[in-house]
Amino acid sequence: MLTGGNNGGEVIGAAGIPNGRPLPVKRLRHPLHSAFALAIGFVVVLPVLSLAFVALSGTGEDWPHLIDNVLPGATRTTIALLAMVATLTTVAGVACAWAVVAYEFPFRRVLSWALVLPLAVPPYLAAYAFGEFFQYQGPVQSLVRSLFGFETIRDYWFPDIRSTWGTAFVLGSVLYPYVYLTTRIVFLMQGRNIADVARTLGARPARVFWRVLLPVARPAIVAGVALVLMETINDIGAAEYFGVRTLTVAVYTTWLNRGSLEGGAQIAILMLVLVVLLLVAEQWARRRQRFHAGRGTHLKVHPSRVALKGWARYALPTGVALPILCGFGVPITVFGQYASRRLEQFTSPDVAKAFLNSLMTASITAIVTVAIALFLLNAQRLSKGRAMAATVRLASVGYALPGGILGLGLLFVLARFDNVVDGFVRAQFGFSTGLLLTGSAAAVVLACTIRFVALAEGAIRSGMEKLPGSLDEAARSLGKTPSQSAAKVLLPLLRPAILTAAVLVFVDTVKELSATILLRPFGFSTLATYVYENASRGVPEEGAVAAIVIIITAMVPVVLLSGALVRDAEASL
Amino acid sequence: MKIGNARSIVAGFALAALFTSSALADGVVNIYTYRQPDLIKPVLDAFTAETGIKTEVLFLDKGLEERILAEGKNSPADVIMTVDIARLTSAKEKGVTQPLVDDEVNKLLPSEYRDPEGHWFGLTKRARVIYASKERVKDTAITYAELADPKWKGKICMRSGQHDYNLALFSAAIAHWGPEKTEEWMKGLKANLAKKPDGGDRPQAGAIAAGECDIAIGNTYYVGLMRNNDKDPKEKEWGNAINVLFPTFENGGTHVNISGAALAKYAPNRDDAVKLIRFLASHKAQQVYAEKNYEYPVEPGLEPSETVKAFGTLNADTLPLVDIAKGRKAASEMVDRVGLDDGPNS
Repeated sequence: MLTGGNNGGEVIGAAGIPNGRPLPVKRLRHPLHSAFALAIGFVVVLPVLSLAFVALSGTGEDWPHLIDNVLPGATRTTIALLAMVATLTTVAGVACAWAVVAYEFPFRRVLSWALVLPLAVPPYLAAYAFGEFFQYQGPVQSLVRSLFGFETIRDYWFPDIRSTWGTAFVLGSVLYPYVYLTTRIVFLMQGRNIADVARTLGARPARVFWRVLLPVARPAIVAGVALVLMETINDIGAAEYFGVRTLTVAVYTTWLNRGSLEGGAQIAILMLVLVVLLLVAEQWARRRQRFHAGRGTHLKVHPSRVALKGWARYALPTGVALPILCGFGVPITVFGQYASRRLEQFTSPDVAKAFLNSLMTASITAIVTVAIALFLLNAQRLSKGRAMAATVRLASVGYALPGGILGLGLLFVLARFDNVVDGFVRAQFGFSTGLLLTGSAAAVVLACTIRFVALAEGAIRSGMEKLPGSLDEAARSLGKTPSQSAAKVLLPLLRPAILTAAVLVFVDTVKELSATILLRPFGFSTLATYVYENASRGVPEEGAVAAIVIIITAMVPVVLLSGALVRDAEASL
Repeated sequence: MKIGNARSIVAGFALAALFTSSALADGVVNIYTYRQPDLIKPVLDAFTAETGIKTEVLFLDKGLEERILAEGKNSPADVIMTVDIARLTSAKEKGVTQPLVDDEVNKLLPSEYRDPEGHWFGLTKRARVIYASKERVKDTAITYAELADPKWKGKICMRSGQHDYNLALFSAAIAHWGPEKTEEWMKGLKANLAKKPDGGDRPQAGAIAAGECDIAIGNTYYVGLMRNNDKDPKEKEWGNAINVLFPTFENGGTHVNISGAALAKYAPNRDDAVKLIRFLASHKAQQVYAEKNYEYPVEPGLEPSETVKAFGTLNADTLPLVDIAKGRKAASEMVDRVGLDDGPNS
């Protein structure tokens, strides 16, 4: 529950403690545990450090041009894009979450899991699909023309999807589920209790929503929007396809078109600093608030959903279906149409191989990433040291980097590692180990792991924040060690959060393109690289089948997750 | 959590065992390529059929040179394949190629399309031309300079000015006209655009078919691919909605870019790699390129495909390719300065 005014830090048994000051509990220190956690954190930060190194080795000769001609526009565009995507995803995510939790209407159950579906669609595919759907020969404009009797393109005005707002629309359509997922859990788990309290005190529903529920859901919304914004910042596919010149696009043109990797890295690192500042500012803004339930005061009754009457009964499901139609309906229609003309590809060995590679990479990445996130968060929980907290936070900033740039940073580190090992083994044992990591798919898994630690960390952290700190303190006061209490008490309670983390990482790995394409070994295609190879030679239709397989592969766990989360949350009431 | 770590270690080993490819085996050439595998597959298949040497292809969209540099002496890359002269010369400058002086290759390839020291070899040509609406454009010749003529205001479509193909064209313009005149010209071109540059070359033909613009800048082989696309009626329609016009520079010809190959610096299978480069330069491979990809062969006297011949006669510009590569950075900066990619209304 929201207990503002505490002096921060950990509070044991939130109620009834004078001055709200924490009781002195002796922290058990595990030097080995901490060292290991710091080491993992360091590995995760390595690509960023490697890029920082590249950036520092530059001369800065690109900057006069960048400052005069590139950065002002690119910064404006990026900020506008971020603001639009944040607004879209917050409105869609929160409104839909509230609608399915608080109201009863036709198709509510179906809609409540279908709202997660757009997560299965990679932004670069969505951009292509939207481009096709809204272009001159596409179905929408054709309909407009036949409705109003227009003959040519010069007869009427139609908004251009290939623009900043168009990109925001596309990204918002596929990214809002992050906000929806995180917010719905809060509404399910906590919202209704305090909402009922507020209501019994005479507050009207609208007031309850704005004054009670929204503030309670704030960390969840922020967690979701933070993921959305990082995905927006690192997006290159949609922005490039629509010709929108963001900072990320500037990173690539500086590197590739003006031959200055150093300059590109400098822009990327600056962007990263901005992201970190944003995150820090948000943390600071809610430094005096705590959001978890102080004690187990959950009501054991299910408050009933408000049944809608009249036109609202149909208006609400229509409104809720809208984001699904955009984020999922449009891409599946466009690619489904292409795929239906190439059904034979569904059984092609190339697509099958790519599918297996995607499945394997994504599964392994999900497991490793969740393990790392749990380990880091547990270490942070136990140590309370600032260094540890900083390491864990830093470990997640890689997510804001464009995949290709992060992959490059990692490539330098891994190749160096491979060559050092090879040199050592050659000298000592007289044979060559070759490129152990960069010559195998291990590099791809590592890249995705490092890239998506933030996702797992964010999902599990928000799960942890909902648990009162007193829980495992209780276990420890009963004589359990911190690790035992974590394993016996926290782990089972974190099950939904862990599941969410694993699914988010799995799905994002299936969708991952830029780092995979840079780091993969010979003969290793994933569904995403298969689609891209076709798209990049100008025939995305040929990749349509693989695109559909990507969407289905990502869709299955997403739907399962959505169902599991609702069951879990409803069971906990 | 302990379990998770153990799992990750096991998984790591399993991965290494499962995915490590046998790319270092005998009788294999490893290719790092910026060209899409499907585009080079026909020639590579022909190579394997003739020599029995297999090929392994790794497609990258960026960072190919950086990857070879990072891999160092252990790099499995034998041959680099890419489009665009600037990418070929940049591979040489970054030190990821090695010189190959081979009489057979040098006899097959004209000297203007290869590096004098043998660091890269041009294998195919493509001209950057004008797609003109069959319906609305009656002009039979348009020069590059005329693209800035106000009579085309609101009628020109093109892909991003930062794309390799446009940068090479602009760089050629800088070499011909000097930077000031080129910048003026680019401003005129920008003012003539029908919409913000985006997409690839093919959608520009689509935009002409839809009536969004009258002329567009594009590469020749796309027209061949569109007109012969039997799977997608839409593309055929696009290809048939346009005529190909060969624009020229004053005192020069039509801007031509190349695709090519280079011998990678550490090439573990050097002998087989040299065989591949010889094969790519051969008459047989040149014919495959011409017939399947609708590119112009570099082999003197070899005709392009029927589709391409129907475009008319290509009078290739004589500007040395390396000069075009040198101007890339200046061209890229100019595109930013002029704001070409912001479109006509900015």
